[in-house]
Amino acid sequence: MTLQLSTRAFAVWRRNFLVWRKLAIPSLLGNLADPMIYLFGLGYGLGGLLPQVDGVSYIAFLAAGTVCASTMNAASFEALYSGFSRMHVQRTWEAIMNAPVSIDDVLAGECLWAAAKASLSGAAILVVIALLGFVSSPLALVALPAIFLTGLCFAALGLIVTALAPSYDFFMYYFTLFITPMVLLCGVFFPVDQLPPLVQAISTWLPLSLSVQLVRPLVFGEIPANPISSVGGLLLMTVVAFSIALHLTRRRLLK
Amino acid sequence: MDSPLIVENLIKAYEGRVVVDGLSFTLERSECFGLLGPNGAGKTTTLRCCLGLTAPSSGSITLVGEPVPTRAREARERVGVVPQFDNLDPDFTAAENLLVHGRYFGIKDAVIRERIPGLLDFAGLAGKDDVAMRTLSGGMKRRLTLARALVNDPDLLILDEPTTGLDPQARHLIWDRLKKLLAAGKTILLTTHFMDEAERLCDRLAIVDAGKLIAVGPPRTLIAERIEPQVVEVYGEGAEAWAVAEAGRFSRRVEVSGETAFCYVADAVPLLAHLAERPQLKTLHRPANLEDVFLKLTGRELRD
Repeated sequence: MTLQLSTRAFAVWRRNFLVWRKLAIPSLLGNLADPMIYLFGLGYGLGGLLPQVDGVSYIAFLAAGTVCASTMNAASFEALYSGFSRMHVQRTWEAIMNAPVSIDDVLAGECLWAAAKASLSGAAILVVIALLGFVSSPLALVALPAIFLTGLCFAALGLIVTALAPSYDFFMYYFTLFITPMVLLCGVFFPVDQLPPLVQAISTWLPLSLSVQLVRPLVFGEIPANPISSVGGLLLMTVVAFSIALHLTRRRLLK
Repeated sequence: MDSPLIVENLIKAYEGRVVVDGLSFTLERSECFGLLGPNGAGKTTTLRCCLGLTAPSSGSITLVGEPVPTRAREARERVGVVPQFDNLDPDFTAAENLLVHGRYFGIKDAVIRERIPGLLDFAGLAGKDDVAMRTLSGGMKRRLTLARALVNDPDLLILDEPTTGLDPQARHLIWDRLKKLLAAGKTILLTTHFMDEAERLCDRLAIVDAGKLIAVGPPRTLIAERIEPQVVEVYGEGAEAWAVAEAGRFSRRVEVSGETAFCYVADAVPLLAHLAERPQLKTLHRPANLEDVFLKLTGRELRD
């Protein structure tokens, strides 16, 4: 079946935006609190024991990684829990599809929305760490599109899981087996070169690694080492993940 | 415009199980057409096929002039849908529900906002723009869903069991609104398993069982043509034994269900005279109705 996309996807996006707007401040603070606690707890607590990491203070190193990890978390939560509520519990997608909106539009709207919401979380942390003086160059602004791409990729990955989920409990597997290991393996808390070579090789191609490879140098005012392969990798994963999610969601809802 | 909906030889099977089995029917403009059938008859599946939300195994569907599913999205521009299960947006007020739904049709916010007071008024929810969904009763939610289905001023309204779960007052209010829409020239396709609803609202109805269409026509005609005009229900002590031994002598057809014998007759006088001599048997004499037709055609066993 061919892709049936239209501008009605933005009506889906706007629906989610309108809901978010009602709870914007608590939502944003909620998304900031958790990463900030980790950042300051580990950054100062653990950072005090450590020499410089990759040429910067540990807290600055961690701050750049936290931007990526929170973007990933926010996109995943939105695509999984909120997406599942709208698909299965509230039957919101069903109501939308009774109007002249295709399931492809619904999924695209959801994916773009989760990416936008996640970008806001990532950008908010970027602002906070800039105010704290951990951002060394305006080049950090270039990190914003990389943050959005990170959100898009994890939103698309999350929608695959949502399409397969029988209930909310199912999402635990995804977080435990995929998201949490990635936070530890992708250079958020410590440089990847601390890992055994085999794990390093795998880690290089995980989406969160690609994101960290882009965002951390930009925060410190450097050009990423392999920007084309990092951006290309994230784009490719987004497209593949979205296609799988679309196939599975069609199979689930259009039967 | 031609017929709002033409369904020809529709077949839908899931993994070899046939759910809709060769349905054909055509709606006329400004009529109310009912799909009447027991649970599992394939009514909802038929509607989903008509809206292009699932692909038929075979057959053809033309919805408001557009072939479905190929141009289902274009067709849905001119159709309003009231689904079987409430799917109003719980995060929004009544007015926001209408606004957001209108956007799915590509209608400009200003145009929708102009329509909202009239729609809420029609739903008996005038001035309730800002109420939250959790404070609305089941009947109010149904009416708001009906208003939502009208946000694009559709030619055809499709309702899947519009009054299931509502109390009598709420049902009458929905019926009243649907009659107003019919008077205004809208075409309505509804599914129901309530006989009174079908008899009251529908100009024509199709009785569907196990995915097959088994009768179609105006309710009065179906009653006149498909069943004996009078029914005498006999119950009380010894009714079953009486039914086996004697009911056949006075009735064209007898059905026993539980402790009641249903005697279908053209002329009830001889049967009633016979029963008058047997005071232990209780009787109810009434004209035949749509439920009698339905039960005759679909049988009395349970459909779970």
